[in-house]
Amino acid sequence: MQNLFLLFLLSVCAFALEARQLLLGPSENSSEEIQEALIEMQPGDVLTLEPGEYFFEDGISLDVDDVIFEGSGINETILNFENQISGAQGLLVTSDGVTLRDFAVLDATGDAIKVIGADGINMVRLRTEWTGGPKETNGAYGFYPVESRDVLIDACVAIGASDAGIYVGQSRNIIVKNSIAQYNVAGIEIENSYYADVFDNLASHNTGGILVFDLPDLPQQGGHNVRVFRNKAINNDTDNFAPEGNIVGEVPRGTGIIIQANSDVEVFDNDIYGNGTVNLSIVTYGYATDDENYNPHPKSIQIHGNRFGDGGFDPDINTGELAAILFELSDGNMPDIFWDGILPMNQMIFGQPDKERLVISNNGDATFLTLNPIKYILPFFDPVERDIKAYEGKVRPLPEVILN
Amino acid sequence: MKKVSLFLLITFTINFLYAIENDLILQEKFPKKLSEFSFFKDSQAQIPSDRVVPYELISSLFSDYSYKQRWVYIPEGKKASFRKDQVFNFPVGSALIKTFYYPIDERNLSLGKRLMETRLLLRKQTGWEAVSYAWNDEQNEAFIKIAGKTILNEWIDFEGEKRSVRYRVPNKNQCKECHASNDAVMPIGPKARNLNKVFDYQDGSINQLTKWMRLDYINRIEIDLNTPVDWNNEIYSLDDRVRSYLDINCGHCHISTGGANSTGLYLDLTETRLTHLGINKKPVATGRGSGGHKFSIAPGKSKESILLHRMISTDPGVMMPESGRSLTHHEAVELIEKWIDNMDT
Repeated sequence: MQNLFLLFLLSVCAFALEARQLLLGPSENSSEEIQEALIEMQPGDVLTLEPGEYFFEDGISLDVDDVIFEGSGINETILNFENQISGAQGLLVTSDGVTLRDFAVLDATGDAIKVIGADGINMVRLRTEWTGGPKETNGAYGFYPVESRDVLIDACVAIGASDAGIYVGQSRNIIVKNSIAQYNVAGIEIENSYYADVFDNLASHNTGGILVFDLPDLPQQGGHNVRVFRNKAINNDTDNFAPEGNIVGEVPRGTGIIIQANSDVEVFDNDIYGNGTVNLSIVTYGYATDDENYNPHPKSIQIHGNRFGDGGFDPDINTGELAAILFELSDGNMPDIFWDGILPMNQMIFGQPDKERLVISNNGDATFLTLNPIKYILPFFDPVERDIKAYEGKVRPLPEVILN
Repeated sequence: MKKVSLFLLITFTINFLYAIENDLILQEKFPKKLSEFSFFKDSQAQIPSDRVVPYELISSLFSDYSYKQRWVYIPEGKKASFRKDQVFNFPVGSALIKTFYYPIDERNLSLGKRLMETRLLLRKQTGWEAVSYAWNDEQNEAFIKIAGKTILNEWIDFEGEKRSVRYRVPNKNQCKECHASNDAVMPIGPKARNLNKVFDYQDGSINQLTKWMRLDYINRIEIDLNTPVDWNNEIYSLDDRVRSYLDINCGHCHISTGGANSTGLYLDLTETRLTHLGINKKPVATGRGSGGHKFSIAPGKSKESILLHRMISTDPGVMMPESGRSLTHHEAVELIEKWIDNMDT
């Protein structure tokens, strides 16, 4: 027994000896020192930046597995990229098992923190911000993990991104929690991704709060299994400042949550109010595509147990087409929940399988509007249907996301 | 007897002096100085050692108007094997050597040049590794730069204009940004198809692949290579020139195995699907890179095409490629403008 304990101690010591603690503070050469340290780190190492402001002319990057890169606090350690001359992002991570925590990335010329192809990435207590307020010239994404798996974004703050504050694309196994997204075009966006839990976040003063999207012509599509719960998607009231051409450029100011072309999305126990166009909409991808593997329709969407407050009081009919159409169809009486009602042709005729049907239950006195597409095509019929009770159904909870 | 051993000693010493340091190529740690490898008999004049063979690509990647000289080294008794549409499979111990420089005056090359850096791709047991050595001001040695380096350089261009560049020697991670294929470091240039041209060797002009066969660097290749064209040569069709340019400048990243895989925009020579080539393709995570345009390539409308917008831009948050360029490649912009404007709408 004693021997075993000794062996345990020895192995702990061996590990502790191997892992190094590196400490850097602000200096004239800190941009070079930090980049050099990020390159020369070994798995297990921890690089800590002391409090202070660090200025960069070039983007920095990390390509070493299983290391921790940390600062001394979200307001204490500032990585400032306002003078950036080269690099498409502030910080780029391309390795596996990295933890980033306790620092801020400010005014990156492109994206703030981009993570490509990581098998395990933890972003904890970080801030990405463009400090000049919402502007078209701000970088696109604050947090931008893509083609990654086991993604954790916890207690982060994203402000001022001209696309999405927190954007997870073409990834799987994702948790976004306890975070704040404000003054971005999209607060939090989960795109072409599988198995995401988005909870306990605040998405406010964006153009749109939380977006769950799927797009065609990409290596990973068919986004599914996304749970959005216990969030506040409130007071999203910033004019859309995305450069034209981007899909989020079509999001009207004052949108709480949008689900587009995903399957198996469960939205529950959220507070959704103060969104001037519409609190929640469920829509089909609206462009022609010849991608045969792509399903443009949302399916198996469940909306239950949410608390809706005032919405639709100031529709942004000038951005995209959604708000204008909805405004006209609703006679200005905008619903809390909107579904465009568009189904694949065979389902319009023969009906939708039960498990793919939209479920809306227990959302208090939330109002609803959908379109009957057949009536929409025919003359003299009013396609607008507002009976929310028709969508009540048994909730089939989606499984919890567990990170490896 | 004495004479013989002296002769042997001298021969041995000379061979020793000019023999490539194979161990240095293989070892984990990179030496501090480029000269330690002995790739050059005369490094200042860039005269290569034996078995270090110069080569050129049919079209090459734009790097801020710098000039490039390339060499390949393959250890004695080993061979690179051919892979269609891919870089040769070079044997362990091989090295690809590339020196970047600017002439003092492009109108008169005899005025000399300023060496910027020499990049190495070394084929180790575990795979390729990239490293760069930046030349000193005296131009007699290049030193390793793990974290990269910024060099301000000026030169006189063909028109007699004074030009300047904030030249970036890439750090180790930036090397990988372009040289990553399925997450491993990979050379970009030396595919058989890119080498399929005549080169003026010291001992005469001959096709580079033939030369490599004669040197026993490769075996005979007996299939159609899908050879690109020199994008800068007007005798070729506009389409071939543009596809060749996009292939060597964008296709290493914009390919299903490359770093820009997630964009769905694929620009390598073998891509045939129009949407993936960018024709009427909507941007995905382009952000302000879109410049307010709706499609990567809007046929007939170069000014509304994101691809061209990002080639023209020098804003690091917008421009393409993301690294390795700080100036606009005007001649290529002109070419691609014409290509898009001539497309059927």
